[in-house]
Amino acid sequence: MTGNGLLQIGLYVAVLVLLTKPIGAYMAKVFAGERTWMHRVLRPLEAAVYKLCGIDENAEQRWTQYAGGVLAFSAVSIVFSYVLLRVQQWFPLNPQGLANVGPDLSFNTAVSFGTNTNWQSYVPETTMSYFSEMAALVTHNFFSAAVGIAVAIAVIRGFARHSVKTLGNFWVDSTRTIVYVLLPLSVAGALLLCSQGVIQNFNSYTKAATVEGAAQTIPQGPFASQEAIKELGTNGGGSLNANSAHPYENPTPFSNFVEMLMIFLIPAGLTYTFGKMVRDTRQGWALFAAMTILFLIGVFIVYSSEQAGNPILAKLGIESAATATQPGGNMEGKEVRFGIVNSSLFTVITTDASCGAVNNMHDSLTPLGGLVPMVNIELGEVIFGGVGSGLYGMLLFAVLAVFIAGLMVGRTPEYLGKKIERKEVKMMMLAVLVLAFTILGFAAYGSVAQFHKDSWVNPPGPVIANLNNNGPHGLSEILYAYTSAVGNNGSAFAGIDANTPFFNTTIGLAMLSGRFLMLIPLLAAAGSLAQKKLVPVSAGTFPTHGPLFVALLVGVVLIVGALTFFPALSLGPIVEHFLMYQGKLWS
Amino acid sequence: MPDPSGPLGPLEFGAKMKQLIIAVKATLVLAVLTGILYPLAVTGLSKALFRHRADGSLIQANGKTVGSELIGQRFTRPEYFHGRPSAAGNDGYDALASGGSNYGPTNQKLVDRAAGDLKQFRADNPAFTGAAPADLVTASASGLDPHISPASADAQIARVAAARGVGRDQVRRLVAENTEGRQFGILGEPRVNVLKLNLSFDRAAPLRK
Repeated sequence: MTGNGLLQIGLYVAVLVLLTKPIGAYMAKVFAGERTWMHRVLRPLEAAVYKLCGIDENAEQRWTQYAGGVLAFSAVSIVFSYVLLRVQQWFPLNPQGLANVGPDLSFNTAVSFGTNTNWQSYVPETTMSYFSEMAALVTHNFFSAAVGIAVAIAVIRGFARHSVKTLGNFWVDSTRTIVYVLLPLSVAGALLLCSQGVIQNFNSYTKAATVEGAAQTIPQGPFASQEAIKELGTNGGGSLNANSAHPYENPTPFSNFVEMLMIFLIPAGLTYTFGKMVRDTRQGWALFAAMTILFLIGVFIVYSSEQAGNPILAKLGIESAATATQPGGNMEGKEVRFGIVNSSLFTVITTDASCGAVNNMHDSLTPLGGLVPMVNIELGEVIFGGVGSGLYGMLLFAVLAVFIAGLMVGRTPEYLGKKIERKEVKMMMLAVLVLAFTILGFAAYGSVAQFHKDSWVNPPGPVIANLNNNGPHGLSEILYAYTSAVGNNGSAFAGIDANTPFFNTTIGLAMLSGRFLMLIPLLAAAGSLAQKKLVPVSAGTFPTHGPLFVALLVGVVLIVGALTFFPALSLGPIVEHFLMYQGKLWS
Repeated sequence: MPDPSGPLGPLEFGAKMKQLIIAVKATLVLAVLTGILYPLAVTGLSKALFRHRADGSLIQANGKTVGSELIGQRFTRPEYFHGRPSAAGNDGYDALASGGSNYGPTNQKLVDRAAGDLKQFRADNPAFTGAAPADLVTASASGLDPHISPASADAQIARVAAARGVGRDQVRRLVAENTEGRQFGILGEPRVNVLKLNLSFDRAAPLRK
């Protein structure tokens, strides 16, 4: 680790802390329906959406109706994208004349973007027309982010309100998210990124004759607008195959810094929004502190592991220490402009959040460097997390933490003045179990599934033939794929060939269960919490804004994750780490 | 008020249909807003403010497009500085197939490729001794990395100077001119843009035909 590296990490954290309060306070105003500084421009837009869609902005919804709105919007918009992809060749803005997308890939992609996962089984440059990118995919970058944020706001209302049966209105919350939060920030972010070199045009691909006389075809497209919402909505689906490692998606260290900030901006801000809405901002900062601690642990493990590099390559005579003129460390799958520190930082940020954009190839990370992103997702992506989903995930762990603390001292647990009882704990545990059960179940089945070579289901044959690496790293590729799908992350150990009907379908199902089987129990718990009366604070109340609670919360997050996933991880990255230091290779 | 968790009465069924209709309308209305109007607005603004950037930072020489300053290209001749190994496409630097090798750290193919590239590099650059810079024999994430580290450029100075028949000091000066520091003095890593460096050579010291 270098002094400059630590400085870059410190700068990132400092800017994030500074932005958390303003963005959080702004969102609190937006969701309370108060006037904000762009009211004059944006309010007419908001009102127009209500009018065109027939939304009654004063109607309140119970949790079942709220969940119904979530499901209806997600289902309809997923079908919308599926259809657009299936017929893209008959739509405009397709200068390369790309063909219609096949059924299993269209299903996988529509579900992937609709669940905020943005797992990509395809090469965008040679698959997606500009129109598909915009109308079928960018739209979901907004919609799925808005759904996540709306649900988080409804869950917060469950804690903030008392003795009522309703949680707000899904259509109003999601419209406000898009109009007041996502659109203005995306326009600003897209212009910043374009100033650095992210492309934004509708030109056909450039035919260049290189200096040495070869032909090079360079893709183009309206991608700055996509890049901005891709990070801001923690979506992560790239418009180019190399994602945020591609110089057209992430050309400079500053564009990289902006992208990393955009990923955490809304999730961090929502902790403050939460504090504001429950009328005690210390509660929000406690969650923020727990998240920051977990984030920094991840950063230092990945950074030190990547800087230490690959001992097998070092033996060949390759520099592994950083010097003033070269980065050292494990540079396989990394870009020179980002080096070790910005690649490590991006890896942790994108998997803490449910983003899944990558600025380096996770498949080529060192074993421990690749362990951390997997663990980050398996912990439920609660370290800042996806927009909205990170906050409601962390609230789930907060409830579990007070429940466990309550068990230890033999008192009925309370959180924010609400008694935590059987129904809430059941719902929270259901969400935790769904995560573990689907990741491990699918990964276990994927590891042993046998198919005939050239079969329709999986043309390469047995699943092991889809892998790019053998030995424990091969298991990691499968485990990472389903972890990423269930966690709605979308990043990959990308060597795996997942564009087969088997993977497209199972990963599609994993994404659906990871999204909706987590979100619905949480809304149910929020619905029940909203109906409860407030319990007055007494001497026996466990304070949930102090360092003791933060430590307990960090502990609960780590223990639940560790107990569930340690056995699988020990067979993948952990054993690979030790074998790498013994010089063991797999062909 | 009916219990929302109770059996489906006509009232609830009507409410559910109403949400479904809203969902269809909202999908269409918001798709126009976010999928069409938003990208078009950003395109208009970007083209007005940063036209060269928005169009891909393309470089023209003698009236032809030779590439983009952001996209690496393949250099093999001794008189040009070479970029990093690339896993994009079969020969590398295929801009339609961006991506990395995705070799894990314990993959035999990774070690074989790095050892082969290093051997070739030492054969091409006999003046270079010592440990190789980390970026020199590792494939980038995009396969289109336009940069190498200053150390990797330094390792090639003697070869390029000999191939062009110019002094090493002149080559060193051009490398220094094309070396970018950290952005704003803090962000990222020092680097050399290979295409820009090679083009500046062709201007400063054209090859003797």
